[in-house]
Amino acid sequence: MRNLMQKSLRILLSLTVMAGLPASASAGSDSLLPAVPEAQDRYSATQGCVEPTAEMRRNHMEYILHQRDETVHRGIRTKQYSLEQCINCHVSDAPDAPRYKNDEHFCSSCHSYAAVRIDCFQCHADRPVKTPGMNSLSGHVESDNKPAALSAEPHQALATEVISHD
Amino acid sequence: MKQQIQFREIDGGMRFYSLLGFIGLFVLAGLGAAYFMEHNGHHVTGMTNQIVWGTPHVFAVFLIVAASGALNVASISSVFGKTPYKPLARLSGLLAIALLVGGLAVLVLDLGRPDRLIVAMTYYNFKSIFAWNIILYIGFIAVVAVYLWMMMERKMNAYTRPAGLTAFIWRLILTTGTGSIFGFLVAREAYDAALMAPMFIIMSFSFGLAIFILVLMAACKWSDRPLGDLILYRLKNLLGVFIAAVLYFVVVYHLTNLYITEHHGVERFILLDGGIYTNLFWFVQILLGSLVPLALLYHPATGKSRGWIGIASLLVIIGGLAQMYIIIIGGQAYPLELFPGMEVTSSFFDSGINAYAPSLPEVVLGVGGIAIALAAVVVGIRVLRFLPVSLADDQVDPHHAGKTAEATA
Amino acid sequence: MTDNANIDTYRRRFLGGTATALAGLSVAPGVFLHEVAQARPADEAVTSEVRWGMLIDTNKCANGCNDCVSACNEEHGLTGHGRPETDAQWIRKVDLRDKQTGHTQSLPLLCQHCEHPPCVDVCPTGASFKRADGIVLVDKHICIGCRYCMMACPYKARSFIHEDLQDQLPHAPRGKGTVESCTFCVHRVDNDRTPACVEACTAENHNAMVFGDINDPDSDISKQLRQHSSRQIRADLNLNTGVRYRGI
Repeated sequence: MRNLMQKSLRILLSLTVMAGLPASASAGSDSLLPAVPEAQDRYSATQGCVEPTAEMRRNHMEYILHQRDETVHRGIRTKQYSLEQCINCHVSDAPDAPRYKNDEHFCSSCHSYAAVRIDCFQCHADRPVKTPGMNSLSGHVESDNKPAALSAEPHQALATEVISHD
Repeated sequence: MKQQIQFREIDGGMRFYSLLGFIGLFVLAGLGAAYFMEHNGHHVTGMTNQIVWGTPHVFAVFLIVAASGALNVASISSVFGKTPYKPLARLSGLLAIALLVGGLAVLVLDLGRPDRLIVAMTYYNFKSIFAWNIILYIGFIAVVAVYLWMMMERKMNAYTRPAGLTAFIWRLILTTGTGSIFGFLVAREAYDAALMAPMFIIMSFSFGLAIFILVLMAACKWSDRPLGDLILYRLKNLLGVFIAAVLYFVVVYHLTNLYITEHHGVERFILLDGGIYTNLFWFVQILLGSLVPLALLYHPATGKSRGWIGIASLLVIIGGLAQMYIIIIGGQAYPLELFPGMEVTSSFFDSGINAYAPSLPEVVLGVGGIAIALAAVVVGIRVLRFLPVSLADDQVDPHHAGKTAEATA
Repeated sequence: MTDNANIDTYRRRFLGGTATALAGLSVAPGVFLHEVAQARPADEAVTSEVRWGMLIDTNKCANGCNDCVSACNEEHGLTGHGRPETDAQWIRKVDLRDKQTGHTQSLPLLCQHCEHPPCVDVCPTGASFKRADGIVLVDKHICIGCRYCMMACPYKARSFIHEDLQDQLPHAPRGKGTVESCTFCVHRVDNDRTPACVEACTAENHNAMVFGDINDPDSDISKQLRQHSSRQIRADLNLNTGVRYRGI
């Protein structure tokens, strides 16, 4: 019983450290916890990711899934929850940067820890790709990133929590 | 005085386990082949962007069609009230489920993404006959399972007839659906015919009964249970009728196409200069799979020999597989007619006959499907009371004791 | 970006002057017959007010020219594996020779983006679907790889991915075990650009391919369709294809 509690506590603890934000580097000190690479950028001054970090940790898949159907079926191409933007921000475009099959890749660092198997990257690019001639998404980033779409208040509260992690 | 038919499980001795082990080897090989194909991608198979449904589909559709046909013996007993067939009804139901499971396994394992089976169960496009088939297949298993329960649970016996009727209607719809998978394909010359649905139904009668006869003979022989001539001759005469009916549909199908100028090309391909497909049609489907078994079943000498009846049934199965091969692969090998009157060349094989050669993993997967069905039957008759203790003539039809064993269907 | 500017001019022109003039002419002031087709904002869904179509003039399509095909392959990262029978082709050049007269022609064949697409009808999961603006797509997330759409397509426009792929492009996700076909470069269209094949054809000054909104009477494509006779491949199937041909 005690063991179980310890175990769940550890999982809880690890969940709070994982994913979605410029991760705390100190996580590496405990070898059991995943070393999540830092993101390249912040969503806004007050917020690390496109939603409060705790929300992203738990529910990032819901956002991505929703956006997936919106984009594929209805042609909605906003950036906030697009998988491509996740990758652009969370994965380095350095040629030798880890790919998804490597546990040091942002997504797999946590998925392999949590034993979650996804098939996103059988089709999708697992690293940022700059395609000349394709002005695909870059043109819209600025306007999309306006935090106007977000209700500021609760996010701010969480954002400060995020920052305190840093 | 009506006798109670006795059913009993088969014994689980050495013979049972070696048979199961032998079949199990083919099941394992099939699963291995599927893994090999899925791991490497379908380029290791014979399929291409031209022939998208290959050998696994030949086996899968054959098994699915045969599954609904295997239920016929039970239907004859429960729906049409022919008592001599009653002792066979349980085995008929079991074989129907087993064949369907075997066929579906092949179909699923040949998908590009078999890991997404759950998607096929949760996303439905109700305009797709394929989606309807998924529901019909699953429903068939459930309906036949209930039907078996009504037959095997004495308290439920009263409901056997309605359950049997439901299963019979369901199976007719199911085979209509399977035939319509091809019948609804407007683009291809070889398909696009409403005749496909009834033709598949009659094919199911024939293939299903042929498999049933073989399974029944093997089961009785290996479990040392008597199998009287009376019931066997009834079954083989019925098989003859079904073979002739399939032949009739094949003739009508080709005659119709021969009348329509637009379809002359594909008819010429299948009947005259299609190489392997033409040979399969005339020599395997028509000669070996239809005419020879007809002669064997009705000839006074061979028609009374169990060996020949078995061979005739086997030939019907081989002919049926050939027929499926011609329909499925031959139908795709003949090119799409996009520009009538034009000679077409492109980098995407728009001209001429599309080549297809079955690969080993595809064949092994297909045979694996048959093995899954047989394994299910073997396990089924071992654990539950599907097989009657005796099918001797006096058990099958008590009033028949004095008469000659030469029965008519 | 400059290379596609002129292709889009007709659309831009329509957004501005033409539309206003037209609206002024038509109903009452302030009531627009057509919604001014500004580049659709990223957060707005596509609607059926637009129907994307393509007109291919086979008289201008040069025999031996393969530029549309190469452009498509490059745009979507369709690299072959040296197995022509299983390699994907979203657009292909087809050469025709009249058996009776010996007349020869060349034309690109791609997904015809039918109004009533047989591939969509037969797809068991709904992975094959038609967007409101007429573009026929495969949702590869729910494609189970059954290939029934490939059986149903009268144009053989679809390819099955026969092997594992690496290094796909972000705007063209594709992977083993699913079916794919021409998307009308939906990622470009959604960003107010023309498909790669059309762009390449225009860049070569062949101008054999025109892309645009066939619901908009003032689009270049609508005008050309109105002016000249064109036909659908396998018109007998009554699929009302989005791709039309001149000169066949």
